[in-house]
Parts: sequence; C-alpha cells; structure tokens
Amino acid sequence: MLKAKIFVQLKPSVLDPQGKAVTNSLHNLGFDKVLQTRISKYIEINFDSDDRDFVSTQTTRICDSLLANPNTETYRFELEEIES
Amino acid sequence: MKVSVITFPGSNCDHDAYEVFADRGHETRMIWHKDHSLEDPDLVILPGGFSYGDYLRCGALARFSPIVTDVIAFARRGGLVLGICNGFQVLTETGLLPGTLMMNDSLRFICRHQHLRVESSDSPFTTGIVPGSILDIPIAHKEGNYFIDPDGLKLLQDTDRILFRYCDENGVVSQEANPNGSLDMIAGITNKGRNILGMMPHPERSATDSVCSQDGRQIFSAIERYFTGSA
Repeated sequence: MLKAKIFVQLKPSVLDPQGKAVTNSLHNLGFDKVLQTRISKYIEINFDSDDRDFVSTQTTRICDSLLANPNTETYRFELEEIES
Repeated sequence: MKVSVITFPGSNCDHDAYEVFADRGHETRMIWHKDHSLEDPDLVILPGGFSYGDYLRCGALARFSPIVTDVIAFARRGGLVLGICNGFQVLTETGLLPGTLMMNDSLRFICRHQHLRVESSDSPFTTGIVPGSILDIPIAHKEGNYFIDPDGLKLLQDTDRILFRYCDENGVVSQEANPNGSLDMIAGITNKGRNILGMMPHPERSATDSVCSQDGRQIFSAIERYFTGSA
C-alpha cells in the first residue's frame, strides 16, 4: 500500500497572519534569530494500491479538486510504502 | 418573489434569512443541502454559519453538497444568488466569485456593527441605492479577509464589481476602518454577469425592528425593486 504525504502551503506572495503571530511569539520567547514562520497543512492519505503512477495521478487530482485552493495555496507530496 | 434558502450542515443564519424574506411577504422555502431541486426560485440565499464545521477551508466542503450543483447551474443561467458570510466563502470555493476569504489579519473572530459604503448601484442587490450611502450592518466572522491576485483585483475595480467597502461612520474608506485586512477594503463583490453577490456583513441581522440597525433592509428593498421593475 502507499501513503501520500501532502503539504499544502500558502503561496509566498500571500500574507500569513498566523505565521506572523507565531514569529512574534518566538521573538518574545527569545528566539531572536527567527526571521519568518509560515503555517502549512500536512495531510496523509492511505491508498489501497501499490501502483505509484496511479496513486500519484490520484493524489494530484485530489489536491487540485479539494485539498488546495489555487488562489492562495500550492501543494507538493511524496509517496511512502506502508505495511498493508 | 420566490426565495430559496439553502441549509448546509452547520448553517446557522438560514432561519434569520428565511424570517426576513417571509416577513416581507415573499414565498420563502428552506432547502436542505441534499435536496436536488431549488424549487424554481427567483433568488437563492447561501446563508451564514459554519458549513461542515469549516473543515479544511471555509466553504470548501459545502461546494460538494448535492444542491450546490443546482445552485451553480441556476447562477450560470443568470439566476440571482446572494451569499452572506459563509455563503460568500462557498461562492468563492465554487468559483462563482473570484478570490478567497482568508483568516482575519487580527486572527480573531470579530462580531460587531460595521459601516459599509455602497460603491455601485449597478446590480440587482443595490439598484436604487445612491452610491456613497453608508450602511450599518453587523459582521461576524473569522475568515473574512478578502484576497485576490493583482490582476483579479484590477478587473474587479475596472468593471465596477466591488459593491461594498468597509468604511467609518462618515463613509471614509481606510485601513483604520478595515476590520479584517481585506484587500482594497472589500466587503462585497459581484460577478461579471452581476447576478451573484457575495458579502461578509449580515444584512439579515439588520432588517427587523427588534435590532438596533435596519440598514440591511436597503439591500432587500433593492432586490424587490429589481423584481418589480420599479428601479
């Protein structure tokens, strides 16, 4: 079986208020070398298939149709073999 | 006028919208999201709330509710659709309206009265309202920060599709009066065909005698003028 490990991230051009707030908090905690924080989503999907091409195509379609908003987000993913 | 109000799992302003239209004498129906007929309306309301618990992204899962296919077809035929708050988020997720509602720049849920400036009377939702009019209409959202790419923003501006901007009590549009960080202080936009309105403020919460502002009535009156042809 294959697991898709999907990262959905805000485009660099899009302001990330959550990331900004976390950066401020880190500075308050004394981590003064922190330049920037970006908050992303991490999603795992398990597939009942060992066919990497099939799973890759399916994952792309899933990301395009639901998981990522093309206005503000980009995505990337990797596949990992898992025990069935 | 026949009005259909859609209820998604997690909608919570559907009854408010229903009551307003029913009180104004319109034939108003509640439509469950799993239904497959809009029942031949003149106007469809996508109400406020938290459809599907706002999971993944606000409005993202509502887009796949069965009735939304009908709403999209209705809108593409030129039918009038009003999306309020979560309804606006659903409209952007379906692609019926451009852009995205992102998290407020304050990261906070904001629930308060807000002044809006009417920017255009060229729509069924604002016809007969003098541009520059100031409306006091409540907002209640955490994801109302309107974002669109620079080309998309220019298109909205150049084609007079920004119907409402956030302003102060004197009608001055400024960042100080912007509650959520929206680009160009955008509170509501229409589509190219001008038959769809998405807005974050809640006109249905300022349309009854029991609350302290009745300015939302101006929008409902405009829709009525559009249908009776008295604009």
